[in-house]
Amino acid sequence: MKHTLLAFTALIVAPLASTAYAQDLGEAPPPVQDVEQTQVEAGDDVDDGGLTGSVSFEGNLDDLGIAIPAFATDRNVPTTANANGTAALGEELARVITADLRNNGLFEPTGPDALPKPTFANITSPAWTNWTSRGAEMLVHGYVQARGDGRLTVGCYLYDLELKNQLVREGWVVQPSEWRRAAHKCADLIYSRLTGESPFFDSRIAYIAETGPKGNRTKRLAIMDSDGANHRFITTGRSTALTPRYSPDYSQLLYLSYVDGNPRIYVYDIGTGKQRLVVENKNPTIAPRWSPDGRNILFSMAVSGNTDIYRVSANGGRVERLTDAPGIDIAGSYSPDGSKIVFESDRSGSQQIYMMNADGSGQRRLSFFGGRAATPEWSPRGDQIAFTHISGNFRVAVMNPQGRGLRHLTNSWQDEAPTWAPNGRIVQFFRTTRNSGDTALWQVDLTGENERRLPTPVDASDPAWGPILP
Amino acid sequence: MNIRFASVALVASTVALAACNKQAPEELPPAPAQTATPTPTGPTTPTGPSVGTQAHFENAVSGQNVIYFDTDGYDIDSEDAQALRTQASYLQQYGQVTVTVEGHTDERGTREYNLALGERRANAAKNYLVSLGIPESRIRTVSYGKERPVAMGSNESAWAQNRRAVTVVVN
Repeated sequence: MKHTLLAFTALIVAPLASTAYAQDLGEAPPPVQDVEQTQVEAGDDVDDGGLTGSVSFEGNLDDLGIAIPAFATDRNVPTTANANGTAALGEELARVITADLRNNGLFEPTGPDALPKPTFANITSPAWTNWTSRGAEMLVHGYVQARGDGRLTVGCYLYDLELKNQLVREGWVVQPSEWRRAAHKCADLIYSRLTGESPFFDSRIAYIAETGPKGNRTKRLAIMDSDGANHRFITTGRSTALTPRYSPDYSQLLYLSYVDGNPRIYVYDIGTGKQRLVVENKNPTIAPRWSPDGRNILFSMAVSGNTDIYRVSANGGRVERLTDAPGIDIAGSYSPDGSKIVFESDRSGSQQIYMMNADGSGQRRLSFFGGRAATPEWSPRGDQIAFTHISGNFRVAVMNPQGRGLRHLTNSWQDEAPTWAPNGRIVQFFRTTRNSGDTALWQVDLTGENERRLPTPVDASDPAWGPILP
Repeated sequence: MNIRFASVALVASTVALAACNKQAPEELPPAPAQTATPTPTGPTTPTGPSVGTQAHFENAVSGQNVIYFDTDGYDIDSEDAQALRTQASYLQQYGQVTVTVEGHTDERGTREYNLALGERRANAAKNYLVSLGIPESRIRTVSYGKERPVAMGSNESAWAQNRRAVTVVVN
């Protein structure tokens, strides 16, 4: 009988028992490895003035033709990165770069499948006449070499075909398993050199993968590269996972899980594949965000039904309350310098966007647009705040940090939860389809152009774009 | 399995079955799939669902285990109050029953706000039950936000059905 009584007690308290969590995790993904930058050969007759000088092309960058033939290799040797050796890997590198540029509506790239293959010697000394007749203004060359230590060296060169000039070059040493990162680095190099903008391709996205009918969705934490490759599920789907955020160094993920029956925020460590509660108490915790330096975690906690914003050190410890309005205060997002927090509150009667200092002082309303305003996310550049504008439809919009300059970037039935590209030029969000409840990740330029759906293996929501990889 | 079954029996104040035969003989037929609703043994309802089950609770409150809210609202109106009074009298009659109040929203809100709104609705229902004398320790709350709709359409009627607080018996 005593045994029975104990079991009964355990059933009652089970929802609060800390032993119940960590039961929804799959195999841990590999941790992020540093990509080492390396010197690459400049080549003959290189006027290094071209590396900093202006580009000859003066038209619209959308019309800039870029030829991206296969990357060459000094000798075709086996590599774990490609079953057919480094020569085939060279073609794949050029395909990934071409897809990066094309899928984001940047320039007019032509990939390796439609172009002749340069020799290894050509990489630093292009056969100009082969390319000038093809209608392209720019030429990308590159090579891949297997090193003695098992890693790969990838070199990337951008040439101006009009000036017959080398505009930029860079090289990286990568593990064979991370070969795609070298391609993204090369795409970033080309993009940055030609536009003057900061890079964004070499980055990852955390999101929620959704399957099943509307009334009984399975929601799993998942991660992928910025182009959808290297997709992995983190949780098994046994319990609902929501709203992930990558730590700035990509070592951890914050997300909400119902694994113990309650909505609570966990910190998942990618290196160990283990997780812990962000705060140890029985209240629901929601809407997790990192500070830009990764040292603090901003979150909301509901105490007796009243939700406020709190801050705690990423290492745990004392929890500091930042808001105390009787309404719902939620979805805090730091400015890039960490000095301010933009957040959402319904203290005025409906969801609106507010600003405060990082210590909670100086709270004031920013959004006066009509309708409701929710899910603010401060741009990594600091100049814009993206949010969900609810006025009939749910639309992704931006405003400046003074609450002015409203611009809608999308117009669909339900677009919500914007997240910024590392360079603050693109916004991703998720779109829900009316009635079916189907969800998908989408992105759009800051100009409202180049709207496109991201490829995911199943339905998807809650995208969180991380910074440039370390 | 045996322990859990014994626990339910204990809730039903029926000690006769408890702890006397922990090892099931192999020739017995498979156990019923739903251990939460065992063969009725409770003295109060010999032919219906037993006390401590959701079915018993819903029968007793005539389906008033769900209350509904206006858009973005969490007020307990007179209809809600009536339903909660019915729930409270059940909980007063069966002092051993504990419940979870689940707060839900419609799909026309952002995800995180809806989690907070669902929590506010669940607490509004809980606070009303507490005001009627039900001990706080017997009522847990959980918010599912917009994650668990009962009506699948994207229209006013479906949204009205999904803005709800559901009282569920904890087994």
